[in-house]
Amino acid sequence: MKEYTVSPSPHLRSGASTTMIMFHVILATIPAMAASAVFFGWRALTLIGFCAVSAMAWERLSNLIMKRPDSTDDLSALVTGILLAFNLPVTLPLWCAAIGTFVAIVIVKQLFGGIGQNFANPAIVGRIVLMLSFTGRMTSWVIPNGLDAVSSATPLVSGNASYFDLFIGRCGGCLGETSAAAILLGGIYLTAVRVITLHAPLAFIGTVYAISAVTGRDPVYQILSGGLMLGAVFMATDYVTTPITKKGRVIFGIGCGAVTCVIRFWCNAPEGVSYSILLMNIVTPYIDMFTQKKAFGGIYRRNKKEASQ
Amino acid sequence: MKLNGIKLSHRKNTENCETVAAPCPERVVISMSQHIGAPAEPRVKVGDTVKVGTVIGDADTNMTCPVHASVSGRVAKIGELLLPNGKTCKTVEIEADGLQTPDEQLAPPVITDKQSLAAAVRASGCCGMGGAGFPTHVKLAFDETKTHIDTLIINAAECEPYITSDYRELMENTDGVIGGMKLVREVLGIERVCIGIEENKPKAIKIFRDKLSGEKGFEVMKLRSSYPQGAEKVIAYNATGRIISEGKLTSDFGIIVLNASTVGMINRYAETGMPFTSRRVTVDGSAVRKPCNISAPIGTPIIDLLKEADTDTDNMKRLIAGGPMMGISLYDPTLPLLKTTNAFLAFLSEAEKVDPTPCIRCGRCIEACPLGLMPREFERAYDKQDRETLNRLRINLCMNCGSCSYVCPAKRPLAEKNQLAKGLAMSRK
Repeated sequence: MKEYTVSPSPHLRSGASTTMIMFHVILATIPAMAASAVFFGWRALTLIGFCAVSAMAWERLSNLIMKRPDSTDDLSALVTGILLAFNLPVTLPLWCAAIGTFVAIVIVKQLFGGIGQNFANPAIVGRIVLMLSFTGRMTSWVIPNGLDAVSSATPLVSGNASYFDLFIGRCGGCLGETSAAAILLGGIYLTAVRVITLHAPLAFIGTVYAISAVTGRDPVYQILSGGLMLGAVFMATDYVTTPITKKGRVIFGIGCGAVTCVIRFWCNAPEGVSYSILLMNIVTPYIDMFTQKKAFGGIYRRNKKEASQ
Repeated sequence: MKLNGIKLSHRKNTENCETVAAPCPERVVISMSQHIGAPAEPRVKVGDTVKVGTVIGDADTNMTCPVHASVSGRVAKIGELLLPNGKTCKTVEIEADGLQTPDEQLAPPVITDKQSLAAAVRASGCCGMGGAGFPTHVKLAFDETKTHIDTLIINAAECEPYITSDYRELMENTDGVIGGMKLVREVLGIERVCIGIEENKPKAIKIFRDKLSGEKGFEVMKLRSSYPQGAEKVIAYNATGRIISEGKLTSDFGIIVLNASTVGMINRYAETGMPFTSRRVTVDGSAVRKPCNISAPIGTPIIDLLKEADTDTDNMKRLIAGGPMMGISLYDPTLPLLKTTNAFLAFLSEAEKVDPTPCIRCGRCIEACPLGLMPREFERAYDKQDRETLNRLRINLCMNCGSCSYVCPAKRPLAEKNQLAKGLAMSRK
């Protein structure tokens, strides 16, 4: 008699995979990559490519040293590399970028246990470390369209760019953050393929809009300038470091928006998006704790005393 | 509030396949444990002559229903069988004479009130035909002093891929299903009868809307095509907006849910007195060359049904009883057909070897769970053997629909672990 191998149900699985999700994110970054190449020249692509490759190299190297299975095939390191590059000015030397990807991949991700285990967004921490270590190099902004390395202030600081320039990205700033249009395109794509939900980005942007409006600043300008769009679409939607429920994601977004505004308006720092996301990454486990879902038909008693009565 | 659900490809290849009767098998093996509840005890001896519909097994408890001979012939053996769920049960093996003579004593029951309806349904051997197989008479024997049943829901969602046996019942036995609905409604004095059909069966929705258009108190509910739309709590909520809370039965909330084929079965028994001796099963899957719906006596070896559907049994690698989401994979194609089996799926490919990658906290399992549970947290708590968290997050409510495992991009065995976690949470220590 022929016997068959048995397996527990379900016997069907969807085609979704971590690699596929990361691939969608990479596709979603292409508009912003293209915009950076248009406004900052070929050097932008070199820097993005270098970050992507070095991130993958650090990932593989960590795997080898820590004797873990090869995890480069899930493409998450590539995503981290690209997103870190989006947070760098076009003039940054490659060795600085390599330090950034080292911090992101080795220290933030692999030392904490690899994909799924990092408590903070690797690209954000990479950027913050570079920002604090090489403040000068990290803030030498370039006026787009070919004028080589002429320092300029970012529009967030200067406050004099037109909405149109901010929207398409014709202004000084980091590679991937200047073009709101390109980021939006990526965000729309990610939403369409159901990789991200809009809860955190909308809450983030909405909060910044509201606080800016209430405190008498130009809300549209606040949203379009700086790293807000990039942070809201690509960083505040990172699965690992943001809350797991929709309710939690809304709270996360509101928190990010509030902290960003506090830093931008009342602190002695020009930009607060990355710090706000890092801060909210850290409180994510607590948000998760307080936003656990109630089961359909579950009976919950207020406290144990009541239950025993 | 809209309950979560997942989109599956329907693969209803057999929806237009009219039911064909299987030839009478030479020998049937009738399990004394056909459904959840107590198993029956054999009431016949080796050598006894039985006819179609003769009682061959019963038990004294109410939580079971009698088992009838599905073929006419001679009892050849009282044996034992290891069921796919891991339990062992007694069996009655009958050598068929091929005549299929019905038992002379069979007569339509006299149904006048609730008690006689429940007694008749018990005598018919009827249990839920949708898969879980709860003895139907127990559902009908609710305590009138404690609850008032105002809604009867006929579950014709059939949300699992491939299976079309309920759909064929709706199409081929429309009047029977409606007759059963009316019978139960009248005897129990139920105000509202609601038949829930998924929108991927437009023909069935139309035919029932046409037939029930003039009738007061009857309603055809078009359900979204999303899995698991046919789960009892889900269909009860969608039909009435009532939430069946944990530890309660639908009857506590004034609802009885019956499967469409079950209602057709009740009607058949009420009209003819012929008990539950055969049923319709869908046979489909990549190894099946002629997917079809077959009506066969209970106890027919699965292999006979597979051959009837021209299955490539030589190259078949996987056999599933039930749907691909909740069905049980079988190790042996000679096992008999049970009352609760609605489909057999035979595949040429082996079960996919799942190679889980780390959880990336995408939250898809939480978005998929129809009951608002958190499979990802269950998995973590189970790995830590944390009973308290499992109970706090209501692991007991998981109905093992498999949606979480289906959607997981990291291919983690979430539904599988939920079952282990349920066992852990219920164990004392």
